Amino acid sequence: MSTIQTIVDLIYLLAAALFVMGLHLMNSPATARKGSQFSVVGMVLAICATLAYLIDAGGVTTTGWVVLSVGFAIGTLVGLRSADKVKMTDIPQLVSIFNAVGGGAAALVALTDFVHDKNLHVAAIGPTPAVATALDVLIGAVTFTGSIIAAGKLQGLISGSPIIIPGSKIINTILTVVGVGSAAFLFTGAVNTNVLILLLVAALLFGITLVLPIGGADMPVVISLLNAFTGTAVAMAGFVIDSSALIIAGALVGASGTILTKLMADAMNRSIPNIMIGGFGQGDTAAVAAGAVSGNIKQLSADDAAIQLSYAQKVIFVPGYGLAAAQAQRELKDLSQLLEDRGVEVLFAIHPVAGRMPGHMNVLLAEVDVPYTQLYEMEAANLEFPTADVALVIGANDVINPAARRPGNAISGMPILDVDKAKNVIVIKRSMGQGYAGIDNELYLDEKTSMFFADGKKGLASISAAVRELVTD
Amino acid sequence: MSHQLLTDLSIFILSLLVGFEVISKVPATLHTPLMSAANSIHGIVLAGAMLTAAQAHSNLGYVLAFFAMMFAGMNVAGGYKVTDRMLKMFKRRPANTAKPAEQITPAEVRP
Repeated sequence: MSTIQTIVDLIYLLAAALFVMGLHLMNSPATARKGSQFSVVGMVLAICATLAYLIDAGGVTTTGWVVLSVGFAIGTLVGLRSADKVKMTDIPQLVSIFNAVGGGAAALVALTDFVHDKNLHVAAIGPTPAVATALDVLIGAVTFTGSIIAAGKLQGLISGSPIIIPGSKIINTILTVVGVGSAAFLFTGAVNTNVLILLLVAALLFGITLVLPIGGADMPVVISLLNAFTGTAVAMAGFVIDSSALIIAGALVGASGTILTKLMADAMNRSIPNIMIGGFGQGDTAAVAAGAVSGNIKQLSADDAAIQLSYAQKVIFVPGYGLAAAQAQRELKDLSQLLEDRGVEVLFAIHPVAGRMPGHMNVLLAEVDVPYTQLYEMEAANLEFPTADVALVIGANDVINPAARRPGNAISGMPILDVDKAKNVIVIKRSMGQGYAGIDNELYLDEKTSMFFADGKKGLASISAAVRELVTD
Repeated sequence: MSHQLLTDLSIFILSLLVGFEVISKVPATLHTPLMSAANSIHGIVLAGAMLTAAQAHSNLGYVLAFFAMMFAGMNVAGGYKVTDRMLKMFKRRPANTAKPAEQITPAEVRP
């Protein structure tokens, strides 16, 4: 091992340590930014070390350098530009795209390596790189197309409702057989480009058929799962080219994606296979049963809501998926500020699957300057509801349905926010329509619940206006 | 099983365990920036792309290497940028406003 090689390897080790320390610092919002900066330093070091190694080792053609630098420059510019421009409501799409390119790059590393072996007329590659190459191409390609479809669904370019392709079971079976078969063939170490292309195509198609049937509200789980896939693909790329830096970084991301997937699936009370098969209540049953809610529904006006909120001691806001969809976070902050100025204690109760990806609601509220000390996670929030005078629900439905505490329905056992423990509940909602699970919410019929039928954004704005007008001291 | 594979596997498994340990301590509030940060970390695939691109000596190799570099560059630069943008927004309550601040227990000190 040359001196340069040793130094480069030590720098990789340092970079890996910085990644771990960076992730560790993310255990609190106060230190998280520093953590991200640690990670950046590690990345810059690793890339400079790789560059130094390439220069030292020589053998890169002029064309090679041009390809390297032009590819990198274009990618960097596009990445920085989209990161600068993206709206916080669109973060899930961007994260999905980064998943796609990360997985795609990992698959390309294995493909490039394979082409190189082929050109050198290597008869057979060793078992480790062979298995890693096949797995890298498989996982990387599935992640690539799967993440693009997920981003398309989030962006609204592809319908968010589950898309069931006719004969999808047969198609998936064929793709699985072809994929597994060609991967198994490559495991033997054969350097056969045709089989590799077959694997690549099957995996690319499988990514599409995997994500298309999944409904929009399941996106938090899908993004997390694809994140875990990307990490695994990068680790596999590390096995292919024998790079511990890639193996460590890939494993860290794989672990992170796996934890988030599990948390999201638990918070929705669904198993991962169940989500991947798609269709909660099969979508259309919800529309048929929509009129089924009967009983006494109490309605209130913006003025009534304003008075209730203004004279409360403690108010808990419960923002859900609907708030993110209506982009009403600024109106919510405005109302909370008005109430706080009057001395009302205001907190925000955030269910793990509020928003369109894990933790998305917190980012949306942070963007409008809600201090993170006011954002309560589910367990902490549930301790607060019994002492709250008013719980104001905006665009949340299944995650506050008390039916989850009883067995025998679609959401039984799902962890919920105990909104019904508050003294009064106000629900801002457009209609009596059902949530994603397609079941009625008995909270709306509770005698302490009042419904305020309005679009989240307009509803909040009219309550704020009423607070300003009616309750001037 | 070769020595190299054994070393690589050990690194992989231990890193997974470290990852589980470190990441399970990240509060739900930060899950979006966490995923974005994790995304940037797998941008290390850029180093892999550089190493394999250096070996490319055929047109096909150059094309593959070009896309690998472009994807990885986008991943790493964009990922870090957007993570930082998000984390900048997470603020404490400004000390001078908000009278009832002392009644509110920060979420993160709760068990």
